[in-house]
Amino acid sequence: MISASFSFQDPDVIRGAYVVAFILFILGLIRLRHPATARNGNLLAAIGMALAVVATLLDRRVGDFGLIALGIVIGTAIGVPAARSVKMTAMPQMVALFNGVGGGAVALIAWAEFRRAGGDLPSDVEIPSLFAAVIGSVSFWGSNIAFAKLQEILPGRPIMLPAQKLLNLGLLTAAVVGCVVLAAGSTSQAIFIGVLVVAAVLGNMFVLPIGGADMPVVISLLNAFTGLSAAATGIALDNTALIVAGTLVGASGSILTNLMAEAMNRSIPSIFAGGFGGGGAVAGAAGQAQLEGRPVRSTTAADAAIQLAYARLVVVVPGYGMAVAQAQHAVRELAKELERRGVEVKYAIHPVAGRMPGHMNVLLAEADVPYDQLKEMDDINPDFPRTDVALVIGANDVTNPAARHQTDSPIYGMPILDVDKSASVIVLKRSMNPGFAGIENELYHEPKTAMLFGDAKASVQEITGELQAL
Amino acid sequence: MDLLTELAIFVLAAFVGFSVISKVPNTLHTPLMSGTNAIHGIVLLGGLLVIGEAAGGLNKVILVIAIAFGTINIVGGFLVTDRMLEMFKKKPTPPKRDEDAS
Repeated sequence: MISASFSFQDPDVIRGAYVVAFILFILGLIRLRHPATARNGNLLAAIGMALAVVATLLDRRVGDFGLIALGIVIGTAIGVPAARSVKMTAMPQMVALFNGVGGGAVALIAWAEFRRAGGDLPSDVEIPSLFAAVIGSVSFWGSNIAFAKLQEILPGRPIMLPAQKLLNLGLLTAAVVGCVVLAAGSTSQAIFIGVLVVAAVLGNMFVLPIGGADMPVVISLLNAFTGLSAAATGIALDNTALIVAGTLVGASGSILTNLMAEAMNRSIPSIFAGGFGGGGAVAGAAGQAQLEGRPVRSTTAADAAIQLAYARLVVVVPGYGMAVAQAQHAVRELAKELERRGVEVKYAIHPVAGRMPGHMNVLLAEADVPYDQLKEMDDINPDFPRTDVALVIGANDVTNPAARHQTDSPIYGMPILDVDKSASVIVLKRSMNPGFAGIENELYHEPKTAMLFGDAKASVQEITGELQAL
Repeated sequence: MDLLTELAIFVLAAFVGFSVISKVPNTLHTPLMSGTNAIHGIVLLGGLLVIGEAAGGLNKVILVIAIAFGTINIVGGFLVTDRMLEMFKKKPTPPKRDEDAS
C-alpha cells in the first residue's frame, strides 16, 4: 500500500467518514418510512455502507488486499445474481439467506480473532467476541433452517423432538459454560470450536420446531440477532461503525419482530415454545368436527363473472396463494375490466398476508395496482358490510371467522379481515386443503360463500374472459 | 476506546433505532426488514480489519469466507431492497373515486 503523508489514512479521517456513514444510515431509515422516499432511503444507506467500506480499506491495519479483493469478488458474484433473479414471492427466503451469511461472517471473524491471538485475548475483547460467535452461529444456522422451511426443502410443519425444550436448555447451558471457561482464561481452541458447534446445533433446534406460519417472526428476530452480534464484534474490534450499524439493526429488528407477532396475535414466547403453524388439528378439534358435515358450495367462472359484473363494490382479498400462482397481473386485469364497468374495486391487505408484513403490497405494486386502492385491515373492515362481493384469492387463515369466536382455535384472537360480513364471498382456491396454520376455515362453509377451485391465475383469467364476453 | 464509551454509543444507537423504526407503516415492513438486513452486512468491516493481521492458511481461508459472506449480505441486501422499492415508485393514478358513493 502506498504510504501517503497527510492523509486519508489518518484514523480521525476514517472515524469522520464513519460519522458521515451513520448520518446516511439514519437518514436512510427515516426515508424508508414513506413509500415515496423509501427507495432513495435505501440508496442513502447503501452509499453510507460504501463510504464505511472505503474508509476502512484506508486503515493502516488493513492488509492482504489480494485476498480482500478475492472475498469481495466471490461475494458479489454470488450476491448480485441471487438478488437480481429471486422472484418476488421468494423474497422472505432470500432475506433469511442474506441474514444468515451475515451471522456466519460474524462467527467466522470471531473464530479467526481467537486463532490469531492463540486464545489469549483480553476479556473486554474476548467476552463480546464470544457473544458474537454464539449469536452469529445461531443466526447462521437458524436462518438456513428458516430458508429451507419457506423454500419447502424441509416441511413447514413444526419438527419436534422429544424433550426439545430440555435439549435446547442443555445446549444453551453448554454454550454458556464453554464461553465462561474461555473467558476465565482457557486458550483451548477445541473449546471454542465446541462452542461454535453447540451454537450451530442450537440454531437448528431452535427454528425446527417452529411452524412455517411463524417464520417471518423468526427471520425478523434472527435479523435483530445478527445486528446485535455485529455490534458485539464492533466492541471487540473497537470499531464504532460496527457498533452503531449493528445496534441500529438490533433495535429495529426487535421492534419489527414485535409488530409482526402482534399482527398475528402471537406472543413471542409462545412462538418459540414452538408447535404452531401446522398443528392446530388437536387444539381446534371440537370446532373442526362440526365443520365436517357442512357442505361446501362450488361455482363456475361464468357465475362468478356475472356476480362480479353487477356488484357495486368488490373487495379483493389476496393471500399467499395468489403470490404462488403469480396471479397478481391477472388480478389487475380483472380489476381493470370491472372498473371499466363502473364497479368499485379495493384490495384488503391483512398485515401478514403473504408471508411477511408488506409482502402483498410489494406484489400488487409490481402488477401496477394503484397505491390508493390498497387498504389496510383497519381501513377496509368497516367497508365489508357494504361490500357486494369479496373475492378471496389464495388467502385463508386471515379470513377465518373462527379467530373471532372459537376460543379453542389456535388462531383465536388473531385480527382478521371481516370477509364474512360482505353480502357474498367467492373463494379462489386450489383445493379444500387447510391453510398454512393447518386449520379448517369455516368461511368456506358459509351459505353465502362459493368456492371456485383451480389455479388462482387460470381462474382469474377465466373470470376476466367471461366478463369480457358478457 | 474504553468499554464504557462503547456502551454509551451502543445505548444511544439503540434508542435511535427504536424511535426511527417504530414509525414505519406496515406496507414497508418487508423492504425495511430487507434494508436493515443489508446494514448489518457492516460486519464486512470486521473481516477487512482482521485479515491483514491474520497468519496461516486456515485463518486466511476463514476470513476470505467471512468477507465473501459480508459482501453477499451487503450487496444482495441492498439490491433486493431496491427491487422491492422500485415497485412503489409513483405512477399516474386515475382520479380518486368518491369513497362514500353508497
